[in-house]
Amino acid sequence: MDFGISISPSSRIDLDNLKRDKWLKLIKIEPDALKCIACGSCCASCTGGIFTNVSLRSAILFLQNGKEEEALKLLKGCMLCGKCQMICPRGINTRHLIISINKIYSDEK
Amino acid sequence: MKSFINILQITPSEVIDRITDSYSNFVLPFVIGISFIIIYLTVGFIRIVYHLPNRDKKKFFLSLITPKCILKNIKNIFFDCLLHTKIWKRNPLLGYMHSAIAFGWFLLIVLGHIEVALFVPKHLSFSQGAIFYPIFYRFFVWVNPEHITLRGNLFFFLMDFVLLYVLSGIGLAMFKRVRSIALGMRHTTKPALADRVALYSLWLIFPLRLLAESFTADVAGGSFLTRPMNYIFRSFFGNYLNFLPTWWAYSICLGLFFLAMPFSRYMHIVTEPLLILMRNAGLKVTKPRKGFAEAEIYSCSSCGLCIDACPMNVQKKNLKFSSVYFIRFLRRHNTKKINQIAEKCLLCNKCYELCPVGVDSPAIRIAQRQTLYNKISYDFSSACSPSHRNTSEKTNKGGILYFAGCMTQLTPVIIRSIEDIFKKAGENYSFIDKDGGLCCGRPLMMAGRMSAAKELIQKNKEIIINSGAKKLVLSCPICYKIFKEEYRLEEYGIQVIHYSEYIYNLIKEGIITPNKENVSYVYHDPCELGRGCNIYNEPRSIIESVGILKAAKKERDESICCGGSLGSLTLDHKDRTQVTEGALDNLTASGGEKIVTACPLCYKTFRLQSKLEIVDLAQIVAERLNGRQS
Ligand code: SF4
Ligand code: SF4
Ligand code: SF4
Ligand code: SF4
Repeated sequence: MDFGISISPSSRIDLDNLKRDKWLKLIKIEPDALKCIACGSCCASCTGGIFTNVSLRSAILFLQNGKEEEALKLLKGCMLCGKCQMICPRGINTRHLIISINKIYSDEK
Repeated sequence: MKSFINILQITPSEVIDRITDSYSNFVLPFVIGISFIIIYLTVGFIRIVYHLPNRDKKKFFLSLITPKCILKNIKNIFFDCLLHTKIWKRNPLLGYMHSAIAFGWFLLIVLGHIEVALFVPKHLSFSQGAIFYPIFYRFFVWVNPEHITLRGNLFFFLMDFVLLYVLSGIGLAMFKRVRSIALGMRHTTKPALADRVALYSLWLIFPLRLLAESFTADVAGGSFLTRPMNYIFRSFFGNYLNFLPTWWAYSICLGLFFLAMPFSRYMHIVTEPLLILMRNAGLKVTKPRKGFAEAEIYSCSSCGLCIDACPMNVQKKNLKFSSVYFIRFLRRHNTKKINQIAEKCLLCNKCYELCPVGVDSPAIRIAQRQTLYNKISYDFSSACSPSHRNTSEKTNKGGILYFAGCMTQLTPVIIRSIEDIFKKAGENYSFIDKDGGLCCGRPLMMAGRMSAAKELIQKNKEIIINSGAKKLVLSCPICYKIFKEEYRLEEYGIQVIHYSEYIYNLIKEGIITPNKENVSYVYHDPCELGRGCNIYNEPRSIIESVGILKAAKKERDESICCGGSLGSLTLDHKDRTQVTEGALDNLTASGGEKIVTACPLCYKTFRLQSKLEIVDLAQIVAERLNGRQS
């Protein structure tokens, strides 16, 4: 009988991993980071997303959940094409957000 | 005739040294100033050339001995640095002011030297005071009133005349400071301390010269300007005591001017010729502060024309992001401010286009962004792997490729219209990024991520070359610019054209004939297409063949960015809507019924805010073709 239970990777969020100082730095440089409503329009229109796993929406969520490594991985294939910026219903300056995330979270490593 | 030649022959007794050893202490400030500036410039020149990449060094020195380039250099330096023809074209009064000061001063120096060469040639040798003698010539000589020749009088007249010419320029400059609006500029820059020292000494140099030469006019000769003044002063003062102090003051002003020059905006006078030489040699900005960029930075005259040009300045708070301030901070090495401004700019290139010197500050901004962002890691490997691309389907031997690019994917109407036109023209085409493709690389490049951009360029290039096509049609000006400048597809026999050129050719050759309707259109010049790639006429001619073309208030190279530009990194949504508002105001002023653009990004940006209907160039043509069919 299948109970629908199997071994899967943990999806637990450990907020102790959250680097608060970096998050504060990010929202200081690009306050738009706070505006995201996780609607996913950016992923739907993403140029990079067709071939790779680019997702700004998930990246922002990951950052807020202390999963910085994962967030950075989701932005590696971004080509800064600007489609998400044109589409975002919240008018988020997505390109600057993306390079700022890259800069702040991968700089001091 | 014979007597005329006699007059022109040297009469030795005409000019005699009045001061026995041809030296007086008052020349010291001038000599110190001029020596300082000469040393400073030599060191600066060596430093700039030293920091050029090796390839550029070679290019630069080669250009200096290529006859064609030499001619171009001379022509450009004469027209741009002395006559300032570019400013004349924008604003005749401002042009007159610049050429009066620059060309007039140049003439004074040249004429002064010729005078010395003709009358007292021994003083052109270094030991005889060549460095200062021609400048203060009138002080050192005594002209025998009995023996003044026609030639002597001619020089007296010329010198007075040119001095008057310069003075009229200086007068205008003073007036401009007081009321800049009268000369057609809304904003002028606030001068810094060194600027002020240099400015006031520059203002004083020529009036003092007039005074000094007036005082000596009865001894050393003068003409319509200096002689009457001499007469008045002599009857007024009755002695020669004011003689020396005035020459001192003149020399001090010259000295001060040269001492303050390297730290002031007036550095442009001497740097601009170097910029012209380097530009004509085909150099490009590679580092933001060194090498060629340094020549660009010091060529800026702080004229402030770029302030009014910038589309961000619809909001007063953005004035501080103008190129003139960018360059000022670059000169002061203020990294924080430099970065701030470099990231804000829309890279619309309007300031560059309108700059009388041609300072390519947008390129310096990109170079500065490279220092910030080029190191960000990227990974396009899975996007670039062949499994994602069915290249066989995309082969098209000898045919046409259509590359829509990212932005056009957001405006299906443009894609549909272009495909319609292809079909009507019976073209054998393939649409290479129908199911999505890689970005062209320009947005990455504008963000300063050159290495990442190069990777995309390489991959796109492979796909296009492997297809075997002969022509690549693009619908996005952003793609178009980078394809033209960086891809070098011509080397593989592939022609790169924007759809406006493509449609223009179709209509010209009679392959398609859209019918004309009674609708009036205003055309918006997209930044990357107009200023970026110099395409202004084709879109206009297409519009004229389908409707009535109306001019925008500012158009062609003065067109205003739509506000959507991918150039800016930090301009937020709210500020962008203000820029868009400004651009729309400019387009609606002439009362056209619809606004046409030839860029998917402009199209999309305008559509969100415009009251008038926004249409695309391909769209209005395709609609007219359908109309004929049905
Ligand atoms: S489109 Fe904008 S609001 Fe929606 S998920 Fe993306 S960034 Fe967030
Ligand atoms: S800018 Fe980056 S994240 Fe946004 S649509 Fe383009 S590739 Fe995707
Ligand atoms: S960049 Fe050009 S337009 Fe702007 S202040 Fe300098 S010289 Fe003038
Ligand atoms: S490139 Fe355009 S946005 Fe940038 S400073 Fe110049 S005029 Fe302003």
